[in-house]
Amino acid sequence: MAKEHAIEFAGVGQRFDTDTGPLQALSDVSLRVAQHEFVAVLGPSGCGKSTLLRLTAGLLRASEGAVQVFGMPVTRPRDDIGIVFQQATLLPWANIEDNVLFPAKHMRGRVRAEDRARAREIIETVGLAGFETRFPGELSGGMQQRVGIARALFLNPDILLMDEPFSALDALTRDAMGYELLRLWQASPKTVLFITHSIPEAVLLADRILVMSARPGQVVADYTVPLPRPRDEHSLRAPEIQDFMGELRGLLIKKEPA
Amino acid sequence: MAKLDPADGFMARLLRWPPALPGLTFLALLLIWEFGTRIFAVPAYILPAPSRIVQGFEAVPASRWLEHIWATLRVALMGYGAAIAISLPIAIGLAKSRLLSRALYPLLVVIQSVPVVAVAPIIIVILGTDDAPRIVITFMISFFPLVVSMTTGLMATPPELIELSQSLRAPLRREITQIRLPYATPYIFSGLKISITLAVIGAVVAEFVAAEKGLGYFIQFSTSMFRLPQAWAGLLVLVAMSLILFQAVSLIQRVFYPWSLPKGER
Repeated sequence: MAKEHAIEFAGVGQRFDTDTGPLQALSDVSLRVAQHEFVAVLGPSGCGKSTLLRLTAGLLRASEGAVQVFGMPVTRPRDDIGIVFQQATLLPWANIEDNVLFPAKHMRGRVRAEDRARAREIIETVGLAGFETRFPGELSGGMQQRVGIARALFLNPDILLMDEPFSALDALTRDAMGYELLRLWQASPKTVLFITHSIPEAVLLADRILVMSARPGQVVADYTVPLPRPRDEHSLRAPEIQDFMGELRGLLIKKEPA
Repeated sequence: MAKLDPADGFMARLLRWPPALPGLTFLALLLIWEFGTRIFAVPAYILPAPSRIVQGFEAVPASRWLEHIWATLRVALMGYGAAIAISLPIAIGLAKSRLLSRALYPLLVVIQSVPVVAVAPIIIVILGTDDAPRIVITFMISFFPLVVSMTTGLMATPPELIELSQSLRAPLRREITQIRLPYATPYIFSGLKISITLAVIGAVVAEFVAAEKGLGYFIQFSTSMFRLPQAWAGLLVLVAMSLILFQAVSLIQRVFYPWSLPKGER
């Protein structure tokens, strides 16, 4: 049996009607993401990376082309997709445990005992054991985003969509969170679509990197990252990786409007 | 904390107690008022001394005071309650529907621009002289800030959380009760605090037009009888009532929704 792709875009275009006229966010995007593959989408700001993610999540319907998840056309949001946003966007009035199990509460309207158990398990997995009863305001930005990731993992999704999840963090925390994400992903493989505009981040984390052009967004390059796993802080120092990152940088700079 | 030094005397420590400074200012003003009116022999109908106001207060039996206070308080709270009950669904509609917002908002602004004091007599003619017109007038004065603050609050929710809600395919009811309304809480309390003092004003305006009880009525009646110290006493009772109601709303927020307070006030 031919393995179906976790995510597949075929000739997808996306137009938005804005007050200043139509806006072509994506144009003729075709891509495939295999199951348990970690794919980074790299591109300048405003290139429709987030639109790509929202189309996959079923939050948007494509104006042209077809979006499929596990071989099924995406017509509405699915249960097997978790989303991590740029900001953790936690609920400030709920403690960490309640934030993590919020998907269950919000979907079903009530919380069961096994939801609490699951929440505590996930909180431990993301390294926040002991913080269950703390409130988001008491946590650092990195810890808040860990909660955001825990919330996205709560329903044990097959696909994890991440929209520049570490871009609001300081550089050190950002690196630490990258390794943390790799650890989580290796412990429990998932298909990850990771949006970023950071080249080192994309190279460190992803199996494949899709480079997008400025608006209207198109996939202009598709690289397999030539870096074995497991990866660590020394991985990016190799000369051939430096060359590879230079090549990506050249592509991005060329695509960025002056 | 600060280490003890010779300058750290009783006065210095007293002044660091938060209510000390405004309290002392108030006391100083009272003294200036009392002795100013005595020294310059200001007639009581222009400005009664604080001691005369206290006498005016004592001249009215406690049961009468309670009657007036209860009449004003009842109307203010009922109008306030009506304003909350009606502004919430309107705010949800305005926040969720652009169409409704375009259709309704200008109308609300027009209603808000009508000087309620001028309309009050008309409302009383239409609705009669019992509580109903007074509650309507109170409602009209206090509900606009509520609608505005609630609508602003309901729209302040981060779009990501709305997307999260959509991605979980939750019903609209839960989007509102579990995300939008809690997010709007700080805004709602700003509106509730503004509106509670406006509700007292509304009740007094209504009593000025037609009433036989209430603090507004009492002030007007005392003035017309030239009992100015009593009118001043009524005014001070009214101010105290407004302050207590305002503090009550603040207290509810602090006890039940402490996370909705700005960081410095927790």
